[in-house]
Amino acid sequence: MAVQPRTRRETWRLLFLLSPSLFWLIVFFFIPLLLVFAMSFGQRGTYGGVRWHLNLENYARLFDPLYLRIFWRTFRIALTTTLLCLLIGYPLAYFIATRPVRWRSSLVLLLMIPFWTNFLVRTYAWLVILRDQGLINTLWTGPIHAFLLQVAEAVPLPFWSSLVQATAQPLPLFGTDLAIIIGLVYGWLPDMVLPTYAAIERLDRSLIEAAQDLYANRLQTFLRVILPLTMPGIVAGSVLVFIPSLGAYITPDLLGGARSIMIGNVIYAQFMSARDYPFGSATSFVLMAVMVVGTLIYFRMGGGEVEV
Amino acid sequence: MSEYAVELEEVSKHFGPVVAVDRVSLTIRDGEFFSLLGPSGCGKTTTLRLIAGFEIPTEGTVYIEGKPQGETPPYRRPVNTVFQNYALFPHMTVYQNVAFGLEMRKVPKREIRQRVLEALEMVRLPGMEDRRPNQLSGGQQQRVALARALVNRPKVLLLDEPLGALDLKLRKAMQLELKALQHRVGITFIYVTHDQEEALTMSDRIAVMNEGRVLQVGTPQEIYERPANRFVADFIGETNFLPGQVVEATGEQVVVLVDGQMPIRVPAVEAVTTGRWVTIAVRPEKIALHAQPPDPQAISGEVEEVIYGGTDTRYQVRLTPETVITVRQQNAQVGEAVVFPVGSRVYLSWPPEAARLLTE
Amino acid sequence: MKGRTAKAQGARRRGRWLNRLLTLHGIAGYLFLYAPIVILVIFSFNASRFMASWGGFTLAWYGKLLGNELIGAALKNSIIVAGTATLVSTIFGTMVALAMSRYNFWGKLAFDALLYLPIIIPDIAMAVMLPLFFVLSRTQLGLPTIIISHIAFNISFVAVVVRARLAYFDVTLEEAAQDLYANEWQTFRRVTLPLIMPGILGGALLAFTLSLDDFVITFFTAGVGSTTLPLRIYSMIKLGITPEINALSSLMLIASMTLVLLSLFLQKGGGGKIEIV
Repeated sequence: MAVQPRTRRETWRLLFLLSPSLFWLIVFFFIPLLLVFAMSFGQRGTYGGVRWHLNLENYARLFDPLYLRIFWRTFRIALTTTLLCLLIGYPLAYFIATRPVRWRSSLVLLLMIPFWTNFLVRTYAWLVILRDQGLINTLWTGPIHAFLLQVAEAVPLPFWSSLVQATAQPLPLFGTDLAIIIGLVYGWLPDMVLPTYAAIERLDRSLIEAAQDLYANRLQTFLRVILPLTMPGIVAGSVLVFIPSLGAYITPDLLGGARSIMIGNVIYAQFMSARDYPFGSATSFVLMAVMVVGTLIYFRMGGGEVEV
Repeated sequence: MSEYAVELEEVSKHFGPVVAVDRVSLTIRDGEFFSLLGPSGCGKTTTLRLIAGFEIPTEGTVYIEGKPQGETPPYRRPVNTVFQNYALFPHMTVYQNVAFGLEMRKVPKREIRQRVLEALEMVRLPGMEDRRPNQLSGGQQQRVALARALVNRPKVLLLDEPLGALDLKLRKAMQLELKALQHRVGITFIYVTHDQEEALTMSDRIAVMNEGRVLQVGTPQEIYERPANRFVADFIGETNFLPGQVVEATGEQVVVLVDGQMPIRVPAVEAVTTGRWVTIAVRPEKIALHAQPPDPQAISGEVEEVIYGGTDTRYQVRLTPETVITVRQQNAQVGEAVVFPVGSRVYLSWPPEAARLLTE
Repeated sequence: MKGRTAKAQGARRRGRWLNRLLTLHGIAGYLFLYAPIVILVIFSFNASRFMASWGGFTLAWYGKLLGNELIGAALKNSIIVAGTATLVSTIFGTMVALAMSRYNFWGKLAFDALLYLPIIIPDIAMAVMLPLFFVLSRTQLGLPTIIISHIAFNISFVAVVVRARLAYFDVTLEEAAQDLYANEWQTFRRVTLPLIMPGILGGALLAFTLSLDDFVITFFTAGVGSTTLPLRIYSMIKLGITPEINALSSLMLIASMTLVLLSLFLQKGGGGKIEIV
């Protein structure tokens, strides 16, 4: 539908509409981006400043086992998060899509509401639940422990004592990859459900009936008809979960503590505490590159705006 | 004041490498019902948009009432458009829609009210002022679109397939209504359509377009009875094409040998020389079928298929191994008997003027 | 014959079980989404300082918030930042969306990429490059730098939402307006703007929420005295978990829910759909 400006008036109009954003994005986004890129080839000065001298040392340093491990952990966490979101999200989307029409928009809305609330606060809610003195561990070391103890006193059972002992101490939830994954799944689950829901909802019911008419049972219908046809939604949802998970900062910071850190925390530390700007720049540039490539793949595979 | 409402002088419109309109020249008279007819993508809508000012010609000049338009924006042109999908403003009521143009031209409120009500009366939609477009049927939306354009009393009304979205019955009724309306208001109508029947029924004159060019301009009779070329003959109505070679050209008559075995006589339209390849065009309804040869030279064939169509019957008659011709016969007789059953031998005749020689 | 009916019954029974399982999963899914929020709100009314015990219902923590001047100042900063950033980015974003959906021009693809980039790249990457630029251009960090940064990422989000709306916009409506003697401005004011308003409101709401929520980018571009609410909560969390944070978080949850529901209500009135990025 878009056309070349047809008259001089239209050319002026186009310029008028474009220039504020163009200016803003170039000055406050693109130039800073170039700055980071340039800095990633620099070197840390003796007193925390930057020495401009072109080298690839910062990128080479990323191959240090220490950082490779963090990269690997980040990747693993993001991948696990995506798979979990898919496992939880797809049936959830299917559930919504198979409800009566008048319920659906309310169910989608219900899904969206937590999504629109403050991310920091939502992560904090999990901190309240997962930390050593948190809700789960309060129950674990409190009522559950007491109950098991009482049972042990009443009926002596083999192996029971080890169970009693386990509940004496808090579960190691806070500061683990698991805590981060829970936080990320919680944060990005709607990003998986929405596109898969859209795909399932768009599915023509008569195709399922046709498959069953042609002797396919439920599993075969799912594997051969429903799954392939909703694949675009699955791909879209996976990218929408995987990408922000890779770049997560708040979740690992709050739920991972000092024990479990991701790339986001490395970048943060380089700028805020280590003051190694060039290395931080290189790290963040690599992260950005990975995401841009991922997004390009997503668009190639026919992804687009998610819409409800 | 020019005697022409709209004049196009060698107008071309290019969209990148695509030539949508190719050196079109047209003159549309004051008060005329003028149709632009052609298949989709022939450039008729672009031509209309060039007149309305939504597009600016790449070359050439559009004149409205004798004034060259140049880059004049649509809102300064004395024309109004009825859009294909009506383009009614969904967030405004019928009244607000119709009043829009008058408001923009700062007509006093009291006069707006009077003219809007008049216009709605004219399109037979009184009492609908407060409805929203989505509360109206297709036919009613169509009428609102008409009222919204006519209320401005334009010099020229441009209509872009205005009846395209209506069902057949409503379309037929609206055709008559539009034609009557045009008579009443006396405004020049430029009407874009791909429906040849519609164009024939409604227009004073028709321009047939294809691939961005105007192929023929004329009254409906001229276009139907004397198509200028094969495309026009084929596009308007149904036509049999018989390709052959001229074997004899004597002033007023030409003899064409079809398929190397069947001589057919046709009146000459222009000087043709023997040996030239030509095409004879004959309308199916102009051909008569006979059981016995009406004259010794009559061509004959075998009935291959009979398709009963209520008011008429279509016969597919094989003339030669290569050529099958379609004939339409009015079902004037009473009863169910087929006059010429499949397999029967028939003889064909037509008035000499009915066959047209196309040289191209 | 008998065997077949038994088989069919079995299949139907399995189908029912599958459906029950699906419903159960659905309920569990929504519980997962809402339980943490509900727990947080419940504990904000707990008179006891500790999770371990329920010390009775109290509004004391909310009362304490009211007296906290730091939080008041942070709230004020947050509203200034989100308000200004939303206003500017909604205008700019709508303009650019109009340009991108209407016209083709040289370098459009590159500009499109530039427009999408702030959405794609992680917060942390965008967060580190902005202060670098501000420091090098000798700009004092503070509220203006936060606002500038928020506008930089919000333009993109607004543009995407408005463009989605414009994709459904029938351009012939504008042509109809111009045909009826409305000039460019009148056409925009009377036809285009009212019709894309739900999209603009949706974009503005998204911008406002993102701006109000943002922690990472704000953290890097904030200066002395420009602490926003998320920054304040973050430092409070880092200092130790208190019921006061629960109360503040609950208030923020309720505020954003109200905002979303309100905007949905407004959009419903305009007959539009909800667009989510």
